[in-house]
Amino acid sequence: MSGYVLEMHGITKDYYGNRVLNDVTLKVKPGEIHGLVGENGAGKSTLMNILFGMPVIHNTGGFQGKIRFRGAETVFDSPRQALESGIGMVHQEFMLIPGFTVAENIKLNREPLRDTLLAKLAGRRMKRLDWPKIVSDSKAALNMVGLGIDEMLPVAGLPVGYMQFVEIAREVDKQGVKLLVFDEPTALLTETESEQLLSSVRTIAASGVAVIFISHRLDEVLSICDSVTVMRDGEVVTTMSTSDQDTTIDRIAELMVGREVKRPDYPKRAKEPGDDDIVLTVEDLKVDMPGEEVHGVTLRVRRGEILGIGGLAGQGKIGISNGIMGVYPAQGRVAKDGIEIPLNDPGQAYKQKLAFLSEDRKNVGLILDRSIEYNISVVATLVKSMFQKTLGVGPVGIRVRDKKSAREFAAGMISELDIRCTGPGQLVRRLSGGNQQKVCIARALALDPEILLVSEPTRGIDVGAKQRILDLLVSLNREKGMTIILTSSELAELRMVCDRIAVIYGGRLVDMLSPDDSNARFGMAMSGRRAEVQ
Amino acid sequence: MSLDGDKQKEVDSGEPASRNGPGMMSRILNTVGLPRLTVGGFVVVLFVLGRIMGLPLTNLLTNSISRFGMNAVMVLAMVPGIQCGIGPNFGLPIGLLAGLIGMVSALELGFIGFEGLMLSMAIGAGLGALLGIGYGLFLNKVKGQEMMVGTYAGFAAVSLMCISWLMLPFKNPELIWVLGGKGLRMTISLKDTFGHALDKFWNFQIGGFVVPTGLLGVVFILAAAYKLFEMTKLGMAMDLAGQNERFARAAGVDCDRMRVVGTAISTALGAIGIIVYAQSYGFIQLYTAPLLMAFPAVASVLIGGATPSEASVSNAMVGALLFQSLLATTVPVAQTVVGGDISEIVRLIVSNGMVLYALTRGHGGEAANG
Amino acid sequence: MDKHGVFRVFSKRITKENFKSILVQNIVPIMFVILCLVAVRWSGKPLAFLLQEVVFRMSRNSFLVLSLVIPVMAGLGLNFGLVIGAMAGQAGLIFVAARQIPGVLGLLTACLVALPLALGLGYMIGRIMNMARGREMIAGMILGFFMNGVYQLVFLFGIGTVIPFSNKSMILPSGIGLRNTVELGTIRWVLDELLMVRIGPVRVPLATLALSAVLEVLITWLYRTKLGQDIRAIGQDMRVSQVAGIQVDRTRIVAMMISTVLGAFGQIIFLQNIGTLNVYDSHGQIATFAIAAILVGGATVSRATVGQALLGTFLFHLLFIVSPYAGQNLLGSAQVGEYFRVFVAYAIIAVSLALHSMQRARAQAAQKH
Repeated sequence: MSGYVLEMHGITKDYYGNRVLNDVTLKVKPGEIHGLVGENGAGKSTLMNILFGMPVIHNTGGFQGKIRFRGAETVFDSPRQALESGIGMVHQEFMLIPGFTVAENIKLNREPLRDTLLAKLAGRRMKRLDWPKIVSDSKAALNMVGLGIDEMLPVAGLPVGYMQFVEIAREVDKQGVKLLVFDEPTALLTETESEQLLSSVRTIAASGVAVIFISHRLDEVLSICDSVTVMRDGEVVTTMSTSDQDTTIDRIAELMVGREVKRPDYPKRAKEPGDDDIVLTVEDLKVDMPGEEVHGVTLRVRRGEILGIGGLAGQGKIGISNGIMGVYPAQGRVAKDGIEIPLNDPGQAYKQKLAFLSEDRKNVGLILDRSIEYNISVVATLVKSMFQKTLGVGPVGIRVRDKKSAREFAAGMISELDIRCTGPGQLVRRLSGGNQQKVCIARALALDPEILLVSEPTRGIDVGAKQRILDLLVSLNREKGMTIILTSSELAELRMVCDRIAVIYGGRLVDMLSPDDSNARFGMAMSGRRAEVQ
Repeated sequence: MSLDGDKQKEVDSGEPASRNGPGMMSRILNTVGLPRLTVGGFVVVLFVLGRIMGLPLTNLLTNSISRFGMNAVMVLAMVPGIQCGIGPNFGLPIGLLAGLIGMVSALELGFIGFEGLMLSMAIGAGLGALLGIGYGLFLNKVKGQEMMVGTYAGFAAVSLMCISWLMLPFKNPELIWVLGGKGLRMTISLKDTFGHALDKFWNFQIGGFVVPTGLLGVVFILAAAYKLFEMTKLGMAMDLAGQNERFARAAGVDCDRMRVVGTAISTALGAIGIIVYAQSYGFIQLYTAPLLMAFPAVASVLIGGATPSEASVSNAMVGALLFQSLLATTVPVAQTVVGGDISEIVRLIVSNGMVLYALTRGHGGEAANG
Repeated sequence: MDKHGVFRVFSKRITKENFKSILVQNIVPIMFVILCLVAVRWSGKPLAFLLQEVVFRMSRNSFLVLSLVIPVMAGLGLNFGLVIGAMAGQAGLIFVAARQIPGVLGLLTACLVALPLALGLGYMIGRIMNMARGREMIAGMILGFFMNGVYQLVFLFGIGTVIPFSNKSMILPSGIGLRNTVELGTIRWVLDELLMVRIGPVRVPLATLALSAVLEVLITWLYRTKLGQDIRAIGQDMRVSQVAGIQVDRTRIVAMMISTVLGAFGQIIFLQNIGTLNVYDSHGQIATFAIAAILVGGATVSRATVGQALLGTFLFHLLFIVSPYAGQNLLGSAQVGEYFRVFVAYAIIAVSLALHSMQRARAQAAQKH
């Protein structure tokens, strides 16, 4: 016996030729709380998907490496198999049935049953539920996690924090659970609830169950975990013990983001952007975008700069552009060159020469089943009456769409942006991700914007095309003097192209950094702490 | 056979250009679509069968074309509904009722012949647009359930009008029950008023094949007018709202308003559609007659290659032609083969089979909400 | 003082809101009670007559209405495909009528013939529902129309050609296809008269009512089983159920099979009371009227209980009985009353579907915050 309940050795995984995990090793002992930290896209979720045998792994060609669970080499074919073998998962989103009671949820699909006459004839599903046992088991599980509520209450009315405990109680109740994975368990909890949760995690671990604790809150990780594995770009940077003197929040943060960024030699501008020439002011912006709420952000955007907005997923960076453009309900003040842009009224920002590339390219950015030409021209027609002609007899005439000019413009864009396609009439669905993004950019350019807001432009695009998209943005900035606000989860790409980077955490601006600032400073900002400025 | 060639051309011109993919068969299937292929195939088979059995082909053709003209406007009414995002307008009977009211009002006021027809259309379309606005506002509150709510809203409207037909104080003896009973007749003959007014307008014969110029003309004018509307900013905004609500909203389009516009146009077209239908049929049918008329119209546009979320004028025209040809040829062919009228059954199976086919084809987005 | 004021507003609001929400939640049955009272008053019919009619209608309809409960609990909504179950029941009855099997044996034979048909059809409906997720109701309705075509094809053109049929008196003169009317003389009232009790002036078919009662007990019993628990779970959240390892698709199919079989039995019970089977018409409005009835009882697309089914059947059929008389007395036309009751059936479905859709939209909006 190795003394480990779980050993993952040399795990390597490719998605369509993209290596997302490279030679990852993770070992957890019984009763150990093992922290797993890393930026979005570092490979944490892929690693967990492999552990649980999620279909997405098998459907994309499986993985390389070995998993030993409880001493035996194992590959789980389905989450069900993993769960039955004694691995539990507490999901980030609640897997609860609102109309069921707490007890029914704890015992969901694992209800103790009593035999009936009909069951002998018609099968197991005709057995009756054993309610006394459901109640007593639930009570025991709730006690274990330290939640003293009536197990017969419906889940629907419970405070959000309690739901997380019900989820944990369910996992604890599972007989023979040997390993529990917590995925961002405190993301939706209040401070006191978080503390309560951490203490119940300790109790669970003390009973001999191994815990993998995934969190972005580094202080929590440090306080609760016995050891921490830091991942970055699909690799394990290091695994360290939290009892070690060197293991500090700053150190972990630095390891998370630490990466040599090579900033290409982009051409200098005639006049570098500065605070003396502000093109866009954003004051106390609050945006109600589910999952990406903004709670009051103030920004001054310099004319001609590329401003980066960074931060971890769910912290609100995505909400800022969406709020400015009126796509999600927002409060606050946004003004371009002193002219206020009314919020909550999409289309208004277009009138002030702003244009937007949404992070949700396939749903908001494009009409996939229409042609390139249509996608590029439609917003310009609707917002600025471009690509129209007059049809009529004598004085009576109506303005209608002019396919010819739209097609000419699209053809021009195709050659200018190097969109790989069969022609302006091709359906956008048939294009690759990178070329789709170029169509989005062409649509924005059709509006002749002064400020371009770009959200996650390289998400879902293969590596080579990523660089081309970024270069294209830089050339728009340098050659056309376009101000660009670039929102991205990939800190590396922000540090590569941006002049300044605003880091958002908890819906607020934590720090405004220069791309040359230290890894440690970026790491701390990403986890919500501002370094003391000397 | 020549008919099929024509159809093929129409199908091709109705689709955006540039298509490239391997495999001749799959390419044809993708382009033409399963519904068009099966129904089109059936029509061809029936024509061939009819020919073999010695049925006069010109008769079949004349019937197909005139039935196409009769129904085409009601099928066209499906297009704005689908484009604006409410899906196939199962609440079409609301528009049909507006058309019926238009016709009986024109007759009551003593307008017959062409003026009667024109007045009917004016009243019907106006009333239809008004009702459509109200209906559209209602549908905005039941997003995602438009098909089901629409169906029963249509049913309820028809049965409510049944009561009204009984109660309304109409005086014209041509309209009310012969024996002095209260209310309007079940069917009102248009023989002495505007029956066949369009069918006979400038019609001519080639061989035995009668071309109903006026009827086809009206269909063509309405289809062309709608095509033109599609190209305006309003038409484009409406289409965008139906294509992708979030994209449209980001572009400053008021999607709810666009849905109301589309519903109003659809309902008004429904009103005109039933008038065109009635003049061709020679009778106005009141009471429960409009109850189930939405379903063949929905089926037609789907046969024409539309989906619950995308439709074009050519989908409607091709679909109406195919579906009506199928029904028109089934009757005489089945009469000789089976010895009974099987067309009602064919109508039930084909039209509902087509709608079912469209409903069960994966539309993951909506399923998640359910 | 301010505190006191706040308190008062608060408490007042709560009671008022409670009262309002209770009223709103039960608005449909309440409105219907009022409507029925008005119509009963204007019908001018003696109570004994109405009671007798309601008892008969309850006894023959409640089984059909009850067969809607399980798909609602399973999240499939109102089963507009109930007509398909009714068709299976009618096939059973046609078999019995052709063989002239009398009495209770005939009734049982009809059920036995209908059972495998209904199971098979229910399986098919379930499969199609799984393909049309989120659009189950419209798919069920269209499937009903579609199967009506198939049904007609079978009985109008199949009988006498591919399907051998010995009883020539039931066949059309051409030798192909069934006549529209099939007399169910041999099994007419068999169930009703099994145990007919006279309570005051009213005759009560206890056996028929008892059958519905048995079904009620069975449904409540089912909910205490593992299958019932799974049905409730998938009815509330398919995704969570799936993650928990419940076989969602299979459970949905089982729910549709149960409902279809119950629909077949329900139609047999219904027609043994009517006494004649209109081969091409009897099933037509079955789903609409059963659904309208359960909605009148206060059920919704996502919640239906046995109690709502029974209350709804009572109220809906009371209105059905009295509205022609009320129409005659109020407006001088029985026809108006007849159209009115059809209108009520359609309108109640349209309004219930709309209300449900609005509530769901509101709940979704609330969930986002």
